[in-house]
Formats: sequence, structure tokens, C-alpha cells
Amino acid sequence: MKRLLLTALLLAAAGATSGCDRPEPAKSPSATASPIGGPFSLIDTAGRPVTEKSLLGKPSAMFFGFTYCPEVCPTTLAEMTAALKALGPDAERLNVVFVSVDPERDTPEQMKLYLTNFDPRIQGYTGTVDTVAAAAKAYRVYYKKVPMEGGGYTVDHSSAVYLLDKRGEFVEPLSYGMPHDMVLERLRKLISSS
Amino acid sequence: MRPKTFALAASAALLIGLPAAGASPSPVAAADAWCRAAPPGAPSGGCYVTLTAPTGDRLVGVDTAAADHAEIHTMDMTGGVMRMRRLPDGIALPAGKPVALKPGSLHLMIIGPKRQLTAGGVVPMTLRFAKAPPLRLQVPIRMAPSPAASPAHHGDHQ
Repeated sequence: MKRLLLTALLLAAAGATSGCDRPEPAKSPSATASPIGGPFSLIDTAGRPVTEKSLLGKPSAMFFGFTYCPEVCPTTLAEMTAALKALGPDAERLNVVFVSVDPERDTPEQMKLYLTNFDPRIQGYTGTVDTVAAAAKAYRVYYKKVPMEGGGYTVDHSSAVYLLDKRGEFVEPLSYGMPHDMVLERLRKLISSS
Repeated sequence: MRPKTFALAASAALLIGLPAAGASPSPVAAADAWCRAAPPGAPSGGCYVTLTAPTGDRLVGVDTAAADHAEIHTMDMTGGVMRMRRLPDGIALPAGKPVALKPGSLHLMIIGPKRQLTAGGVVPMTLRFAKAPPLRLQVPIRMAPSPAASPAHHGDHQ
């Protein structure tokens, strides 16, 4: 993580970004090393198997979280719900996927119930401890189960939304808390270039 | 005998300290309390409040009948990674300085809500302090402001 961040900072300092309007470099520095994304094997909220191929043909906005998360995940889901509404008919040309990093608690039923409050086009993926770990690794998502004092646990996790093109190739991340207008601009660009 | 007497006296003091209707107000002031409306099936929820202890104190616990239990948490987003931790020692309240529990930072986490946290509802809550008597609050449940409505961390797009 540290090295990635450093590379990102160096790239930014070297003028790799086109101006101050980008909170993050357009291309991840890791794209030169090994790509973000790859094969995964998970299940959706109906318990049906899904893989990276399920997303091909349309660009995707994908993020990782868990339903126990009181703030970041519902905020991101609310943002995506607002964005899908603002996109109008173009929203049909985009996959939005919420992947659980807490498969022990996030069963397909739990994911389905949790997502009823958001845009029905948002898909929820979960799996087993192993299949989720493999998916997170493919997408270079950091997460870590952390026991809480007094019982239970929380999950530290990367908060960015990853944008992927219709071939499943990584385009750029949207950082958490990015203003709504910027999120929309990025999603529109992603859809129109796909 | 002695510790027992002390414990009795302490619990009596605690009972007297409970602010029944019309009792003198708690020395710790609470403002802008709200709980975040949560999706159905959400196993937890976040609540926020700004506390001011005129003579300095410490928030040491939170109780609610609306959930299995509640905890004092902090959250950190360094490097784009969300990390949440329980604060077993609570939160220091320096004398006269408002301490804001707010999104992205310190918060009260209610775990195992007994009813869905729907906007318009209320969460009854008791905040416990190291010195001041417990503070009972009826905390309104609201939709969280959209992330776009919160101050942008990067300024306006020119």
C-alpha cells in the first residue's frame, strides 16, 4: 500500500495528472505492474454464480464493503443511487456492483435485504471467505478483519469505487467523498467511451 | 463492609444523579444529536452529537433500549481505507470545548437495532460520563446528507 501511494504521489509530482481537478491520477500506477481486475467467482443476491464475465459488455462501477459498515458503504450506495438516477436512460448502460468483504455475515439474503433501500440496479455480490479473498486480490482491494474489544469484529477496507470498461479493464478509481458532480462526470465519460 | 457501603452510596448517588423530569440539567451539554437512517437489515447504525463539558469530563459509555448495545467508535480514512475502532476509554471532553461526534470521525455505533432506523424515528439514548450524571437524549433519525452536500475535500472544479 505504502509503495503504491508513494508511486502515485511521485507521478502526481511529475505532472502526470492534467491539472488540479483530479484528486487521483487518471491511470493507476499499478496498471504498469499487474492489472487491477481479473477472474472472480462469487454469488449474487439470489445465490446465482457470477464471474468477471457477468460484467462484460457494459462498463462497471465496482466497490467493496460490508453491510455492518455504518457510514462509508451506505454513503457510497446512496451516492451510486443518486448517480444512477441522474444518468437517466444511460444508467442502463452501466453495471454497479457492491461486493462484500464480510462473507461470513453478508449472506445473499442479507445483501438482498440491505440493498432494497437503494437503486434496484445495484448488484450485490458475496461468496465464501476464499472466493471473496480471491476477488479482492484480483481487484487489489485491501481489507482486513479486525476483532473488536468486547466481541464481534469490523472490517477495514478500501473505500474507492473502481471504474472498469466494458472489457473489464480498469479505468480509474473514484475516491470516497468525491463531489457528486465529479462522480457523474466520470461515469458519463466511462459510459460514452465504452 | 466498607467497600459495600461505598458501593451502596455510589449507586445511591448515581440514582439521584439520573435526571428525572424537572431535575437540574446535566453539566454536559448535547447539541445537534442525530442518528443516520439505515437500510433495512442494517446490523448497525451511526449516531452523532456535539458535547460540551463546561468543567471537563469524559464520555465513557452509551446505552440504548433501541438496540442490542451501543459503543463509542472512531473512524479513520487514511489512504482511502476505512478503519473503524472501538474506543474502550471513551472520548475526552476538554473543559468548555465542544467535541463533535460526526460522520467520518468519532461516532456512537448502535449494534443490533431492534427496529429499523427509519428517518423520522427517534432513538432513545443515555450517555454516561466519568463525572457528570447520565444524559438522556431522544435522538432524531435523519437521512444522511449526501456526500456531495458535505464540504468537498478538493475544492470546486474550476
